[in-house]
Amino acid sequence: MRKLGAETKTARYAMLIDLDRCNGCGACMVACAVENNVPPPQASATPRTGLNWLRVFRLKTGGRDAFIPVMCMQCEDETPCQSVCPQKAVEFDPVTGIVGQIPERCLGCRYCMAACPYQARVFNWRDPQWPAGMEKALNPRVSVRQRGTVEKCNFCHGRWQAALEKAAHDGEEGPVHYTPACAEACPAQAIRFGDLNDEEFAAACHEQGVFRLLDTLGTGPKVFYRTSRAEVREATRGFGEVRRG
Amino acid sequence: MIRTGILFLAGFSVAFSAGWWSMPRILYREEPQPVQFSHIAHVGEKGGMSCEDCHSFRVDGTFAGVPKLESCAGCHSAPLGETQAEKDFIARFVEPGIEPQWKIYARQPDNAWFPHSAHVQRGKVACEKCHGDIGKSDRLPVYRVHRFTGYPEDVMGKRTGPLGLKRAGGMRMDDCVACHRQNRLEHSCLDCHK
Ligand code: SF4
Ligand code: SF4
Repeated sequence: MRKLGAETKTARYAMLIDLDRCNGCGACMVACAVENNVPPPQASATPRTGLNWLRVFRLKTGGRDAFIPVMCMQCEDETPCQSVCPQKAVEFDPVTGIVGQIPERCLGCRYCMAACPYQARVFNWRDPQWPAGMEKALNPRVSVRQRGTVEKCNFCHGRWQAALEKAAHDGEEGPVHYTPACAEACPAQAIRFGDLNDEEFAAACHEQGVFRLLDTLGTGPKVFYRTSRAEVREATRGFGEVRRG
Repeated sequence: MIRTGILFLAGFSVAFSAGWWSMPRILYREEPQPVQFSHIAHVGEKGGMSCEDCHSFRVDGTFAGVPKLESCAGCHSAPLGETQAEKDFIARFVEPGIEPQWKIYARQPDNAWFPHSAHVQRGKVACEKCHGDIGKSDRLPVYRVHRFTGYPEDVMGKRTGPLGLKRAGGMRMDDCVACHRQNRLEHSCLDCHK
């Protein structure tokens, strides 16, 4: 953690997902759940009651299907979920640009879920249950949430904290570099994670064929998508209508 | 009138004292530590060790906390000195290779993330600032644990009382926040919560 001030070097972590590479295998979903102690769904879970921080949508475009991983977009402007939370349980961190969800403050009103245009938030209808023995394999860097709270992707902040701890130990200053679980697990290397202050990465996020979901809403998402296929870009314009595959 | 007043005051003070005395005993349970440990015997002139000999950092920056049995066994593979306690320690833990289950006074809730490296190494915060001068103690303090929450008293703290009884080693969120505010380091919840 660094002092905020003119001299502070802050980060603007962002993600660039190459849809031409994504083949919908779902490795990122599994990695995300394992990393963040998201419990396996109970037998009765529906798409509404199951917990997924990261979902891969299938987009039928007529030709080859496209797959779109969707997680919290880490909205930078007018962060919709944050602005409606009556509890201040959602918070935009000025040092990292990560939108934090603080389960221990969450009251469970789910206003944020209604406000999020990307439906990136999930609600714990029950206390998590782990198959016998699995609780021993939980990630100690991420606290398990209880029922009645909302949760969502936070760019694997447990990994960010680990990187921060190491940087403090090694005496390094400035923003830390780390890789979220989904980006690490992707066998097609479709997910790139970086800092928008890094010129090369920022340039890659502004190349031809890069777009953001529901860009016109002005929420300033920091998850970017890239595809060379115009029909995919065209079809995602009405993101709300993308069919769950 | 005055009689009533005196009677009321007497009754009040009896009830008040009874409550004052009994409440902590109702709320907190005392638990024994596996071994009576003396910091003084180990550090300083007597023992010649430094804090870091036992409380070390790992290469990834995480703090190892209370040392494992192998650190103790490094010196105590055979009894040092003649005391019965020393012999018991060897017989109970070192020889069978059983880790002593130390009770951690500063054990934090699961959702709190506290990097020792950021505070001790980067921030140069002295250990005593949070832990009190336990490093100079000859006996381990009594370990009290809250019967309902399971958290040690040093975390939940005597300071929850209305009079704010202060004791060294208070470890409540207020303490963290106060220090962070003072140093203009207060940014986001994710800085301390996981
Ligand atoms: S995508 Fe949804 S949950 Fe994430 S910051 Fe934006 S509004 Fe909030
Ligand atoms: S960044 Fe981490 S939390 Fe977010 S979707 Fe990827 S794996 Fe899940």
